Formats: sequence, C-alpha cells, structure tokens
Amino acid sequence: MADPMRIRAQASGDKATVRVLMAHEMETGQRKDAAGKVIPAWYIQQVHAKLNGKDVLSAQWGPAVAKNPFLQFMIKGAKAGDKVSVSWVDNRGDTRTDEAVVT
Amino acid sequence: MHTRRQALSASAKLALLLLGAGVLPAVAQAQASGFNQTAFDAKSLAEVMKALGGAAPAASSDVTVSAPDIAENGAVVPVGASTALAGVKRLLVLVEKNPAALSAIFEVGEMVDANFSTRVKMGQSSDVYAVAMMSDGRVLYAKKEVKVTLGGCGG
Amino acid sequence: MMRILWAGAAAAIAASSALVWAQQKSSAEGIAEYRAMLADGNPAELFEAKGEALWKTKRGPKNASLETCDLGKGPGVVRGAFVELPRYFADTGRVQDLESRLLSCSETLQGISAAETAATPFGRGEQSNIEALVAYISAASRGMKFSLPQGNPEERKMYELGKRAFFYRAGSHGFACASCHGDAGKRIRLQDLPELTKNPGDGVGFAAWPAYRVSSGELWGMQRRLNDCYRQQRFPYPGYGSEVTIALGVYMGVNAKGAESVAPSIKR
Repeated sequence: MADPMRIRAQASGDKATVRVLMAHEMETGQRKDAAGKVIPAWYIQQVHAKLNGKDVLSAQWGPAVAKNPFLQFMIKGAKAGDKVSVSWVDNRGDTRTDEAVVT
Repeated sequence: MHTRRQALSASAKLALLLLGAGVLPAVAQAQASGFNQTAFDAKSLAEVMKALGGAAPAASSDVTVSAPDIAENGAVVPVGASTALAGVKRLLVLVEKNPAALSAIFEVGEMVDANFSTRVKMGQSSDVYAVAMMSDGRVLYAKKEVKVTLGGCGG
Repeated sequence: MMRILWAGAAAAIAASSALVWAQQKSSAEGIAEYRAMLADGNPAELFEAKGEALWKTKRGPKNASLETCDLGKGPGVVRGAFVELPRYFADTGRVQDLESRLLSCSETLQGISAAETAATPFGRGEQSNIEALVAYISAASRGMKFSLPQGNPEERKMYELGKRAFFYRAGSHGFACASCHGDAGKRIRLQDLPELTKNPGDGVGFAAWPAYRVSSGELWGMQRRLNDCYRQQRFPYPGYGSEVTIALGVYMGVNAKGAESVAPSIKR
C-alpha cells in the first residue's frame, strides 16, 4: 500500500485551491540499474478528484511527471468544510485515495 | 448469450475504431481505454494531436504556460498550463525534446478552473508547451524555452 | 577606415561582454526563481508525515515507540530540539547529533540495533526510517534559530575537533571542507557555496539540511550530506554517526548560531 498523499485545500472567495503531494517513484522505464538491466516503468497514469463525493477532476499522466508528484488545481464553488478526495491509479493497477477538508 | 462482458468488449472495439478515426469525444475515449497509451508514446506535438484527434495547433496569447527560465535540475521542473478562455475541454503539458512529448492531460470539467500546475522531468533544455483543446475543435498553444542545467559536482 | 573597424570591434566586444554580464545576472535570478517555484509543495512533507507516524509507532523487539526519547530538551520533547543539536548527552556520555541520537534511542527503547542501522546503505531499510524521523524532527524546529550549547567541556572539545577536521587536507586531491566552504563568494557551476567558518545566514548551509534532493528524489540528512562531501573530496567516508562527522556538525552548528533553520528544505 503506497504512502499517503499530502493534500491541502484552501478556500478563497468562491473557489478552493487544492495542492497535493503524492508519494510515487514515477519510474520512466528508460533507466538502467547497476547491472545494466532496464528498471521497469512504474508511474501514475490516472488522477481523479472529488468534491463531497462528486467527480470534479480527471487527468492522465505519463512517466515524464516528476517523482513524488505535485499537483495544484482550483475547484469552483468549494467552501470551508467541504471534503476533497484525490485518487491515483498507476500502470501496475495500484491505487491510493486520500481525503482532506477544505479550510 | 449477450453477457455484460461481451457488450463491454464490443463497445471497446467500436471505441478503438472510432479512436483511430479521431471521431470519439474525449470522455468516451477515457472510458474506453482509461489511459491513452498512443498519445503518451507520441514523439512530437503533431503526433500527440493525431492520437488525441485534435486539429493542427495554433499559437495563442490566450493560453499561458508558466515555467522557470532555468531549472537547476531536470528531474523536477515546475510547469503550469492555464487559459481564461471559455469552452476549454482539455489542457495538455508537453516537453518537446523528451523521449515522448506528452507529459499530462487535464480534463477541464465544469467544476475546475482551466489552471493546473505540476512538475515534470526534462531530459535536456527544451520548449515546454501548454496546449488547450477547445470544444469548438480549435487547438491553441503557448510555449516557453526552459534551460536545464546540471549543477554542483555533477549530480 | 582602420579606425572605424577598430571602433566597430571595440563596440562588438563591449556589447558581447555586456550580454555575458546580463546573462550571468539573470542566471542567478533564474535559479532563485526556480527555487521559489518549488518551495511550496516540498516533497519533504511526505517524509515528515512518515516520520511523525514512526515516532509514535510501537516497533522493534521491545515493541515500544520513540515518544520517550530525549533529544536534548527532555523525554519526548521534539519542538526546538533540532536547533540545539549536536549536544552532550549524560546517558550516553558523549556528544551526539540527531542521527546518532536516533540510533541510540531506537536501540535503548525499541531494541533496534544501532550498529546494523549504521551499516545499512542510505535510503534502504532502517535508514529510510531515519530519513523520515529526521525530516519530522527538523520540521518541528522550522523557523527557530540555531543555538547549540557549548557549556559542557565535551561540547567545546568537539567544536575544536570539528574545526581541525574542517581544515584537514588529505586524499588524492588534497581537498579539505575548507577548499569549497572556507571562503566567501565561491561557486561550483551554478551553485553558490556557503562559507561555513561563520554564519552564512538564515536557511543557508548548515541551516538548510536535512533537505529533499530533487536530483535523486530522496531526503538527505546531515550524515548523508557529509558522506557525499567526503566522496567528492575523494576521502573515505568516516562512517555513519562517527565522532568526526558529529564534530563537524558541532563546528558548523555553533558557527551558525542565530541562523534560522529552514529544514527540511528543497535542494537540486
């Protein structure tokens, strides 16, 4: 089970800025180990976010997204007390979902 | 017996055909494949557009790409893609000289701003693109050159 | 005619010098802009969260947490401890830095072998847990000023040992720490090298470690930073948590008195 994400969601006016840090290797599949063997690609392919259980964001990522990815996006109409959840799925089929409350 | 599995398989095949023809709308594409491998394997902006069924991109001052002039290390380069235009369906981030040009696709649903920031890996100094795919079929982009350096004692 | 050509050449040289000067200035500004863009959303936060959980989790053969570990300000006190390390500890009878203190606490309280952890490569096994703990504990002192104690004779002795080690030239290239960090205004490629014989300022040098290193995507504690310094100097590494590495920490930390800690920071 992957390490937890860090999610911060701050309301300002009529929207909330969500900042996420995800713990993931984001291995490109281009690198070789000390023995010369290719290190297999291992990266987040899909990211989804929900506001109070309703889908608000979906994204597809390739292996060029940096290790321990950072994501920032703005949800319209979100206010303090609302629940934001962020999920990712990687190319191995592993997944992780974390939640935060908008402050 | 027309099982759910058979029905799903049939619709997946149809989706693939339509995908190739560039006819399928974005949402259904996502449902069909979940992840557009072809787009993420494409080597150039033109190839990416073909894989996504988009028109030839045109430069536009209404799209903004934000990135540093210089990155101390290519492993982590902050990039933002945004536009204030109405009717954006998707925002893309591309790094021209990476082995595969496309870094990320953001679906601009009605609940989010067309404004995303993330960080990408860059293999070398290159142009970085923010591309907006509009619902009227236009594809608009902005680009910026980011120099990548190798700092310190070499790592 | 020749005069015009010379004037033209002189103007061209002046123009290209001006261009180089402008590029140099904007490189420094460019790097500063890059670092500022990364400051919000430092992946070190992922390690801080993991470290906090580890501090509170019962582990090891003794199935105990680290919550009664004394980091210098009393058992279990985390806030403010980082900016007073390394320091003398009566229970072990020696001056310890954060990492060697975590090793002795883990052994005493949890039964986890300090020698084994010291022999584990960076980033693996127990070492990756130490990285997380170091991130958590240093974060708890963020914004506070370094104030290493020098009241105990052992602490003062270690300062002198650290100073001697700092200036000690050896290895195939005759490098010392001072070769890179002994004067102001030095640089390797685009990295400014902080002068560590004095206080180089808030969040600089000693006050910037531990740090998340983007080039490897890993959290580096001071022990790993020193290990890499020794590698670059073509010295053998004195050993994880060894006396000389702790002494260097005392020397740099006392010199940094009054500097604000920004650890864990983000580095290239």
